Amino acid sequence: MLVLSGIAVVALGFLLRFNPLLVVAVAALVTGLAAGLEPVAVLAAFGKAFNDTRYVTIIYVVLPVVGLLERYGLQERARGLVADMRGATVGRLLLGYMLFRQGTAALGLTSIAGHPQTVRPLVAPMAVAAAERQGFDVGRQERVKALAAGTDNIGLFFGEDIFIAIGSILLIKGTMAQYGYDLAPIQLSLWAIPTAVAALLVHGGRLLWLDRRA
Amino acid sequence: MSIGQLRVIGLDFVYAVAGATFAAFAWLSLVDRSNPRRFGTGAFYGLIAVSFFGGDRLGDIGNGVLVLALVALGGTGAVGRGATVAGGADGGAGAARHGNRLFLPALIVPVVALAGTLLKPAWIDPKQVTLVSLTIGVLIALAACYAWFRPAPRAPFDEGRRLMDGVGWAAVLPQMLAALGAVFALAGVGDVVGGLAARAIPDGNLFVAVLVYGLGMAGFTIVMGNAFAAFPVMTAGVGVPVLVRGMGGDPALIAAIGMLAGFCGTLLTPMAANFNLVPAVLLDLDRTAVIRAQAPTAVVLLAVNILLIYFLGFRT
Repeated sequence: MLVLSGIAVVALGFLLRFNPLLVVAVAALVTGLAAGLEPVAVLAAFGKAFNDTRYVTIIYVVLPVVGLLERYGLQERARGLVADMRGATVGRLLLGYMLFRQGTAALGLTSIAGHPQTVRPLVAPMAVAAAERQGFDVGRQERVKALAAGTDNIGLFFGEDIFIAIGSILLIKGTMAQYGYDLAPIQLSLWAIPTAVAALLVHGGRLLWLDRRA
Repeated sequence: MSIGQLRVIGLDFVYAVAGATFAAFAWLSLVDRSNPRRFGTGAFYGLIAVSFFGGDRLGDIGNGVLVLALVALGGTGAVGRGATVAGGADGGAGAARHGNRLFLPALIVPVVALAGTLLKPAWIDPKQVTLVSLTIGVLIALAACYAWFRPAPRAPFDEGRRLMDGVGWAAVLPQMLAALGAVFALAGVGDVVGGLAARAIPDGNLFVAVLVYGLGMAGFTIVMGNAFAAFPVMTAGVGVPVLVRGMGGDPALIAAIGMLAGFCGTLLTPMAANFNLVPAVLLDLDRTAVIRAQAPTAVVLLAVNILLIYFLGFRT
């Protein structure tokens, strides 16, 4: 039971709004000590896992390109594009992006879009431009930006598991194999489809609802 | 590769490009007099560059010390932001002058990533094909930017540094949380949580068992920030022993939809920093804005997943 103290540290640290880096480091130390590990062993395990997961941080290599294009007016151009499109509403634009994101993720193409490379420079400014035209006030424009980011996540999460060679499917297969269940990836990805459809209906419905209230 | 003579491009190449990018950010921060914390900021990016270039040669304890240094800088407010040349400073004029050609470099990145992933060229490590293609796409897009727009050589990195300052210490939070997950695994946190969840189920009550499985998957994901950490725990604690072996459920369905219940938790937690906090920072939003926007969808989908398991998982 004592090893759960790290979870309490994390929850408390986030609630009290301490710096998350400090919270995580303290939680790791507390958990390790509670489990009777040497502090040096905790440090080594932490350092090894940090080094092994560097790939999550490589996405920032795209920032020089995005930053430069923004300086030359990419966001303005994205807004202008929406102004030229008749019938481009917030809801339809974001629903279109959701279909694109979910569809490509289902084909295993998870890294072709994302927050730094597509949402910030293209999707969010286009959605905000449409929102402006529909007369959304500033507060609701902020909500539209947040929904643009959320739509990227939801499209990705509930599309990617339809692809048979994605990390989560392989993790499921590997975990279940430890218990003697030899599952084919195709079985697992088929059972991702009902939730994918539900995600499209629920989230797509919320997006179109934005237009109705405008 | 098996026919070892052929050198393939793999993660080393990706990490070298990332290291060089962060080294540029570090240097530009150090010389940026508009940033009141330029030394702390420069050191922070510099350490990330060191991690990318030499992480594999530092050893586990060396990497642990590097992380402590990052925490010391990032956790104490030593990382600041430089003056922000507003994104569209000459945007109006630039947008008019360059027109829709501005979209081309932005599209090169996804198109090259797509092409690489689909074509799987032999000179790219097949296990890392997407990350390598993405990186190559960025380099081609950068070259195209230099050729078409003729910016000052350092301009892309100044602009990249401006965006990076917005992310700041949050840049390493996803890696920190993954590392915390490794310590949790080492300490056996998962076994304890799985045991607790299993004990919460009254004997023979199928609906409560499914409910505990689904909510446990989402809840443990909220704590850990990653469904990949929750999945093995809930599978060991509830999924296999109770739902599959105890109640005769379909292992493929229970595992697949259980993972998706975990993804609903990912949409609800600040611990999933790269999905929920980093975009909030990139879009100048409140820290919890993205989570709040996702919450209604996440809660409904969690209920859908639990009901799918309950109604479809035990038909035989």
